[in-house]
Amino acid sequence: MNVAVPKLQHHFEDIPKQAHAARLGMWLFLGSEALFFSGLFTFYAGYRAHHPEIFRLGVAHNDLVLGTVNTFILLTGSLLISLALWALRAGHRTLAVLLTACTALAGVVYLVVKGAEWGRHMSEGIFPGGRGDFFVENPEPAWAVFYTAYYGITGFHAIHVTVGVCILGWTAWWMHRERVGPAAAYKLAIVSLYWHFVDIVWLFLWPLFYLLRNPA
Amino acid sequence: MKNYLNAETTIWSWLSTKDHKRIGVMFLVSVTLFLLVGGIFALILRLEHLTPGPTIVSPNMYNQLFTLHGVVMVWLFLIPAIPAGFGNFFLPIMLGAKDVAFPRLNLASLYIFWVGALVMIYGILDRAADTGWTFYPPYTSVTYTKATPVLLGVFILGWSTIITGVNFITTIHTLRAKGMRFMDMPLFAWALYGASIIQLIGTPVLGLILLMIVMDHGFDWGLFDPARGGDPLIFQHIFWFYSHPAVYIMILPPMGVVSEVVATMAHKNPLSYKAIAYSTFGIAFVGFLTWGHHMFTSGMSEFNAGIFGILSMSVAVFSAIKVFTWTGTLYKGSVWIRTPLVYVFSFLFLFIFGGMTGVAVAATSLDVHWHDTYFVVAHFHFIMVGASLTAFLAALHYWWPKITGRMYFEGWGVAGAILVLLGFVGTFFPLFLVGNGGMPRRYYHYSEQFQALNVLATAGSWVLALGLLLILVTLIWSLYAGEKAPPNPWHSRSYEWMTPSPPPKENFPETPHFVRGPYDYHLPLEPP
Repeated sequence: MNVAVPKLQHHFEDIPKQAHAARLGMWLFLGSEALFFSGLFTFYAGYRAHHPEIFRLGVAHNDLVLGTVNTFILLTGSLLISLALWALRAGHRTLAVLLTACTALAGVVYLVVKGAEWGRHMSEGIFPGGRGDFFVENPEPAWAVFYTAYYGITGFHAIHVTVGVCILGWTAWWMHRERVGPAAAYKLAIVSLYWHFVDIVWLFLWPLFYLLRNPA
Repeated sequence: MKNYLNAETTIWSWLSTKDHKRIGVMFLVSVTLFLLVGGIFALILRLEHLTPGPTIVSPNMYNQLFTLHGVVMVWLFLIPAIPAGFGNFFLPIMLGAKDVAFPRLNLASLYIFWVGALVMIYGILDRAADTGWTFYPPYTSVTYTKATPVLLGVFILGWSTIITGVNFITTIHTLRAKGMRFMDMPLFAWALYGASIIQLIGTPVLGLILLMIVMDHGFDWGLFDPARGGDPLIFQHIFWFYSHPAVYIMILPPMGVVSEVVATMAHKNPLSYKAIAYSTFGIAFVGFLTWGHHMFTSGMSEFNAGIFGILSMSVAVFSAIKVFTWTGTLYKGSVWIRTPLVYVFSFLFLFIFGGMTGVAVAATSLDVHWHDTYFVVAHFHFIMVGASLTAFLAALHYWWPKITGRMYFEGWGVAGAILVLLGFVGTFFPLFLVGNGGMPRRYYHYSEQFQALNVLATAGSWVLALGLLLILVTLIWSLYAGEKAPPNPWHSRSYEWMTPSPPPKENFPETPHFVRGPYDYHLPLEPP
C-alpha cells in the first residue's frame, strides 16, 4: 500500500521538478561540504610535508584493525541505504524502513568503535594540543600536531556521522509514519546522498590515518 | 490592491514569512543597520587619526575598533548586502518564479544571520577582539580579548551565506519561467549565479579555518604554534583561499546591478550580453587562483609570487571587459541621468581607480613597498567598499519604487550621490598618498609629516557620513511623502518592471510568459 504522495509546493510546476530541485540542492550542499574537508586535507598535507617521518610513525601507531573494521562498517551502511532506496522505489516500504534503520545502526557501531579508539589513545596519555604523558616521552613538536590533527579531523568526521545517524533515524520513522510510497523516494535518495558522502570522506581518512605507515 | 506588503500586516506574518520579497526586505534593513554600526566604528577610527598621538581612544580600543570595523563591514554588510537583500527580492521575479527553490531554508538563512550577528555582538560588548579581521595566528591564538565569540559569529554567518548560495543556484536551474533559456536571463541573475558559486566553494573553507583558530584560542590546541609543530603560514594560505574570492562575492553582485542600471537608463541592449555573462565566470574562476598575493612578504618563493602576481593581474582583464561593455552600452543610448546612474558613474570611477591600483599591488616588487601600508587600505576600500557601496546605493534607488511602491526624491537622491562620492574620495585618496609615503596600517600613532593628509581623510569621512545620513532620511521620508510609483518608472524592458509596484504576493498577477528578452529595447514598450 503506497498511500502518501509528496505535497507539491506552490512555486513548483510538478513533483519531478520539485524532486530535481531537492536533489540539486543536496549536491550543491555536498560540494560545499567537500570543500570543507578539502581544507582539512590541505592542512594534513601541509603538515605531513613538514614532518614526514613523525606523521608516518603516528599513522603506524594507530590501530590498523579498528580503522579497517570501521571502513567495512561504513561501506556496509552505504550498501544498506542503497538497498533501502531500491526497496522503496519497488514499493516495499517495510523493508526500506528496516534497511534505513540498519544503516543508522551501522553509524552508531562506527561511532562506538571510534570512541573506543579515542579512549585507548587517551589512556596512553594522548590529548589534543600536545597535552598528556605521551608527549613527555615523545617531545618532538610534530607529535603534538599529528595527534591534534587526528582528533580534529576524525572529530569533524564523527560530527558528520552523528548528524547522519540522526537524519537516517528520523527518515526511517517518517517513512513508517507517513506510509511513504515510491513517489516520495527522492527524499530518501537525498538522505542517502549525504550518507554516501560521509562514507567517501572516511575512505580518504582511512589511508591518511591508518594505511600510509610504511617507510618510503 | 493587495500586494506583498499589505497582504498580511501582523509582526508574526513578517517573522514567519516564506515570501522571498519580505525576507529580502528584512535582510536589507538588517544590513543597513550593520552599515551604520560599522560606519560609527570607522568614524571613531578616523577621529583618532586626526592627531598623530592619542586623540579620543586608548591604543587597545583602537585595535579593537579596526578589528570590529572590518568584521562588521565584511560579514554583516558587504557579503550579504546585495545577494541576500536585493538578490532575494529580485531573482525569482526576474526568472518569472513565485519564490526561491527552498523558501523555508531562505527564512532560516535570515535567522542564522541574526544568530551569528548576536554571537558576534556578545563578543564585541565583552572585551572585543583586537586581532584584525584576518585573525592571524600566532597572535589570535593568545590574545586576551574575546576572539572566540567573534570567530564563532563569523562561522555561523557562513552557514547563512552557503544556504543562500544553494538556494540561488537551484532556483536558477529549476524555476526559470517556461521558455526562458539561460542566455535569456537578466544579467543580475548571472552575477548572482557567479557569486553563489564562490559562496559555495569558498565559505566552507573559511568556516573550517575559523573553527581551527577557535580551537587554538579557546582550547589551546596549538595547531599553528611552531613550538608544537604548527605553522602560521598554513593558516594564511587557507584563510586567503576563501578571503580573496570573498571580495568577488562582494563585487560580482554589484556588477550585476550596474549591468541592469546601465541597460535600463541607456534604454539600449547591452553592447555584449555574452561578454558580461561570461566574464563573470572568468572572475569567479581566476579569483580562486590569486590568494597568494596577500602573502608576498610572509614567506613565499619568487617563482610562486610571480605566478600569483600574473594571475591576479588577469582579473583586471575580465573586469575591463565589463567596464568597456558598460560604457559601450551608454554610448549613443537614450540616456536618462537619474540617481541610480549617477551612482553607476561613481562606481565606474572608484572601480577603475581601485582596479588599476590593484594591478599595481599585484606586482611583487611594488607590493613589498606597499604591503601593510595605508596604500593597500586605500586600494581595497576603493574597489571593494567604494564599488560595492555605490552599487548598493544604486540598487536601492533603482529598485526603491518597486520594493516600496513610492518614488524617492530625485534632487535629494542626486545630492546624496554626489556627497557620497566626494566624501569617499576625500577619505581614501589621501590614504593612498600617506601609504605611499610609508604610513603603516593598524598603528595607533603615526609620524607628524602625515598629519595634514590624515586631517583631510577625517574630514572626508564626515562628508561621507553626512551623505549616507541624508540618503537614509530622505528615503524614509519618501515612504510617507513620495509620489506613488508606477509599475515601470524607468521605461525598462527588464522583467521585474512588468509587475505592479509593489509586486503582489505571488510576484505576477498571472503566471508570466515572457515573449521577448529582458533587454529588447528595439521593441515598443508594452502598456503596463
